[in-house]
Amino acid sequence: MRNVLAVAGKEMRAYFHSPIAYLVITVYTLLCGYFFYSFTAVFVVQTFRMQTMGGYGGPPPMNLNEMIMRPLLEGILTVVLLLLVPLITMRLYAEEKRSGTIELLLTSPLTDLEIILGKFLGALGLYAILVALTFGYFSVLFIYGNPNAKPLLAYALGFFLFGGALLALGMWFSTFTKNQIIAGSISLAVFLLLYVLDWGTAYSTSRWAQTLSSLALTPHFENFAKGVIDLGDVIYYLSVIGLGIFFTARSVEALKGRP
Amino acid sequence: MIEVENLTKRYGPTVAVADVSFTVQKGEILGFLGPNGAGKTTTMRVITGFLPPTDGKVRVAGYDVVDEPLEAKRRTGYLPEAPPVYPDMRVDEYLAFVARIKGLARREIKPRLDEVTEKCAIGDVRRRQIGKLSRGYRQRVGLAQALIHNPEVLVLDEPTAGLDPKQIIETRQLIKALAGQHTVVLSTHILPEAAKTCQRVVVINEGKVVAVGAPEELTRRLQGYGTVLLTVEGPAAEILDRLQRVSGVNWVEPRESSDQHVTYEIHSEKGQDVRSELARAVVESRWKLFELKSSGLSLEDIFLKLTTKDLSEEGVSSQ
Repeated sequence: MRNVLAVAGKEMRAYFHSPIAYLVITVYTLLCGYFFYSFTAVFVVQTFRMQTMGGYGGPPPMNLNEMIMRPLLEGILTVVLLLLVPLITMRLYAEEKRSGTIELLLTSPLTDLEIILGKFLGALGLYAILVALTFGYFSVLFIYGNPNAKPLLAYALGFFLFGGALLALGMWFSTFTKNQIIAGSISLAVFLLLYVLDWGTAYSTSRWAQTLSSLALTPHFENFAKGVIDLGDVIYYLSVIGLGIFFTARSVEALKGRP
Repeated sequence: MIEVENLTKRYGPTVAVADVSFTVQKGEILGFLGPNGAGKTTTMRVITGFLPPTDGKVRVAGYDVVDEPLEAKRRTGYLPEAPPVYPDMRVDEYLAFVARIKGLARREIKPRLDEVTEKCAIGDVRRRQIGKLSRGYRQRVGLAQALIHNPEVLVLDEPTAGLDPKQIIETRQLIKALAGQHTVVLSTHILPEAAKTCQRVVVINEGKVVAVGAPEELTRRLQGYGTVLLTVEGPAAEILDRLQRVSGVNWVEPRESSDQHVTYEIHSEKGQDVRSELARAVVESRWKLFELKSSGLSLEDIFLKLTTKDLSEEGVSSQ
């Protein structure tokens, strides 16, 4: 366990020693902030309109959760993450291969799994900062309004699981090459394909489309965005994370077959 | 301390290392000598647990590198050809990280760090980013990381590559000082280095062990293939004829000539010292003898001979 933490710590430090962490955090904050502002502005305008309309025994209370938090998470951030996670994961193994430090790791008394988990945790650590920033925005709503706090756990869990799945896959892709750019590009391409897959089958009702939809990453987030923790969704994401880690391990083993 | 038994490593159809066996005793410094592509790095990578062997067994400090990798790796320090450093880490951060993953307890890290930075003379650059260091310093940081957990076994792949002469001498002295306390295997194709630093040498070529022994011993064993250089003044054709008739002489060939005298290179049978016979032949024929010397084999010559086809086929590899 201490080995896992040692590697995780090294990855976190490495992120902040390079522009990557700052780049990712800045871009995320800007995008998140912009969309948060948009949704909140729409919400405010709608509220005024409802109030001026009056009638029918008063307007139905506007739901902050449904009008701001959910669309932000579901509609926007899942897409933003598809683009940003490759930036986080691309260096995980590619950089080690390029600089030769993979030899250091593989000749030290660490198991391959300890290295993989450590790297995953390090990436998750940077990702956690993004999650925290998002909730920072949400907290503004709590200060000025009265949103429902109960779905927050679902939001956070879903957010972490979704991100974890992307991070695990991205980590696997970064074992393919010494070149970070290529690793990042592969991740980006795969994530976009998976996203489009879902998008394309969203309006179709054929059996084929339904199956594909259930394999894609984004649909399983819907429940979390609604505040619902569905065991099926949890298992789905955990499985993807598990697969990502498993394939990373196989890929690392294959590395040892050739110098 | 290190036992390599019938090690074979294949990458698909290519055989990088074929049936290599040797042992390294505790406290010894063993040199691994061979041309580029001979299989030195591959063998070292198997010893350090980076690559699994295709066949054969390797044991470090009694632990099999395949069956008990963690135990073996804990006792091994490895400096690959390119020091495995993270360019964006500071020297002290990096060494602390290595110390942690090598299994040092938290409180041991700082004292070991201090010791090793002093030993490797990197105290000045402790707080500098590794990426900004010169090659010499980077190599020393690499050596420091190999030493930080005080391993019983040290595997060094071309430890003086890219260093300037002063640094080479310092590194060599450092390595020699490590013998006894540590068991060292170092690979090199700088032959004088092997001769000066190592107590024993394993010569490897095209994946196979070609010779094993102490540098002087190898020289002695191969001395019979040595040549004698004879500088004589006299009638050329007669000299050639007479010299060739000396018993034990294989062939005679004129090399240089200046003024009246010619230098002949004389090859003799293995183990036969023909110098006195040659001298007698020259003196009896009343020719003028200017110089007679044994052109002993340098390690370079041994290396070249061993790594060209003819000699290795004649089975010099006996132990």
